[in-house]
Amino acid sequence: MTIDLPINSVGIVKPTTYEFDQPLALRSGRVLAAYELVVETYGSLNSDKSNAILICHALSGDHHAAGYHSTEDSKPGWWEQCIGPGKPIDTNLFYVVCLNNLGGCGGSTGPRSINPESGKYYGPDFPVVTVRDWVNSQVRLMDRLGIAKWAAVIGGSLGGMQVLRWAISYPERLSHAIAIASAPKLSAQNIAFNEVARQSITSDPNFHDGRYLEHGTFPKKGLTLARMVGHITYLSEDAFGLKFGKDSVQKGQSGNFGRDLRSGKLSFGFDVDFQVESYLHYQGERFSENFDANTYLLMTKALDYFDPSVDFDGDLSRAFENSECKFFLMSFSTDWRFPPERSRELVENLLRARRQVSYIEIEADQGHDAFLLPIPRYMEAFTTYLKHVHEELSHET
Amino acid sequence: MRPDLEIIQDWIDPGTRVLDLGCGDGSLLSYLRGSKNISHLGLEIDPVNINNCLARGVNVIEQDINENLSNFQSQSFDTVLLAQTLQALSKPEQLIEEMLRIGKNGIITFPNFGNWKARVYLLTKGRMPVSRFMPYQWYDTPNIHFCTVRDFDTLCREKNITVITRTVVNNEHQGTWYMKAWPNFLGEIAIYHITRSS
Repeated sequence: MTIDLPINSVGIVKPTTYEFDQPLALRSGRVLAAYELVVETYGSLNSDKSNAILICHALSGDHHAAGYHSTEDSKPGWWEQCIGPGKPIDTNLFYVVCLNNLGGCGGSTGPRSINPESGKYYGPDFPVVTVRDWVNSQVRLMDRLGIAKWAAVIGGSLGGMQVLRWAISYPERLSHAIAIASAPKLSAQNIAFNEVARQSITSDPNFHDGRYLEHGTFPKKGLTLARMVGHITYLSEDAFGLKFGKDSVQKGQSGNFGRDLRSGKLSFGFDVDFQVESYLHYQGERFSENFDANTYLLMTKALDYFDPSVDFDGDLSRAFENSECKFFLMSFSTDWRFPPERSRELVENLLRARRQVSYIEIEADQGHDAFLLPIPRYMEAFTTYLKHVHEELSHET
Repeated sequence: MRPDLEIIQDWIDPGTRVLDLGCGDGSLLSYLRGSKNISHLGLEIDPVNINNCLARGVNVIEQDINENLSNFQSQSFDTVLLAQTLQALSKPEQLIEEMLRIGKNGIITFPNFGNWKARVYLLTKGRMPVSRFMPYQWYDTPNIHFCTVRDFDTLCREKNITVITRTVVNNEHQGTWYMKAWPNFLGEIAIYHITRSS
């Protein structure tokens, strides 16, 4: 079935693969001798190459942030809501670059790639990469594209952490750092959820110590469980209540906390009774069919390890002392994974470092997932900020 | 330019750090950034105002100045501004203390309730004054802590706050010699430049 592409979409897009043969030293001490990065770009680069924006993806994202790969494509890129003509990240104004990070499963070098040393899949042998390693690889991509300075580096969640790392490690190479629903480091609770996800994957009999591809299988059950746990943390309690409380609302009953039944009655067995259960199963299974388990393990470790204060005796403000960019942070009221307090913590440290920072807290029911959704105030503030970023470009030239 | 801005900008040294509490649409900071090359930050809670700040490229943080400002380090700004907001604060005394903790000096502007028009209104009508500039009824006004020039002077004395400069203007933000002579009677808007250091 073909679809008519919406006019405010970047339309059909095609990823490009860039090869890098200069070894990349990783934070773990290991070295990636050569690697590939898969990249999509939207909009056009202006003559002085000043209008480029880097998008950093989160845990389950990839390079396909906007547009469609074909007219048969049923779903657009993961940040279609925010990237496109007339959207907050306006492709009429900016040249937008998004890549699949190292260790990902969207086509860049990762556990699904062939390890040149062994001639087999990397699988569990792919090095544990960190946010810092990603940003180091992103700088090389930037150089390859001939971009001296990003107009902005933008990301939500784990993507926001990459934004912060850019501001710390490459201060002269970005004008604006926009981190959405992010955090300076994970809390013990965050790490705990990640560990449950990892254990779900590694305890699946089909995991085969990470060499499942060699066995022609994959840990579907484990990855499904991991995603189910993750999914719970992305939504707020209210969001669940609204999503699975529709029947009771239709019947004129007051809220039932989203306890709508799947088939109208209890089974008195251990199968799915409530709609929320089948929803989680569905989401988890779809995810497990499209994502790599080793990549999931790597991504959660990158999250757990992120803490830019480690190089500064735990003083985060010192990490930002050399940053030159302006910061714009946004958080969402019901996000309990990276709640507003975590963004305020960042704001406080940026203020201590005397950096230029703007921060807004958006009322939204949707929890952490809100950063992917078209919430009016979010869209308006995002659009307004980036319009001004673009005005600055025109003043500078 | 608004004459009150002209007065305030004379008190701000070029290249200093300025924090505006309740910065509104950011026009004051935007102006000072242009004329004085200041480092700036505004605090605001109204989403429309915040968006106007973002449109101007004014740094703005969504934060309620009625709640604590402990995220700001002591003496981390040169000047802390509070323009036409004092009367709407839940704890004005506490905020003035915070202003002088965070900033080396503070600038406060507020409507002077001691102005003759307010006095005449109350005297003749026996009701809380309502005017074009204070258009609210007593029950729906956001302005819950009105004071007069003399009240503010007293507070500064009691709290050991030094008034560097005090001036009053009318609602068109113009000052005259007779307003300066009888500020508490003729001034409509009071503008104070205060500090803690002697």
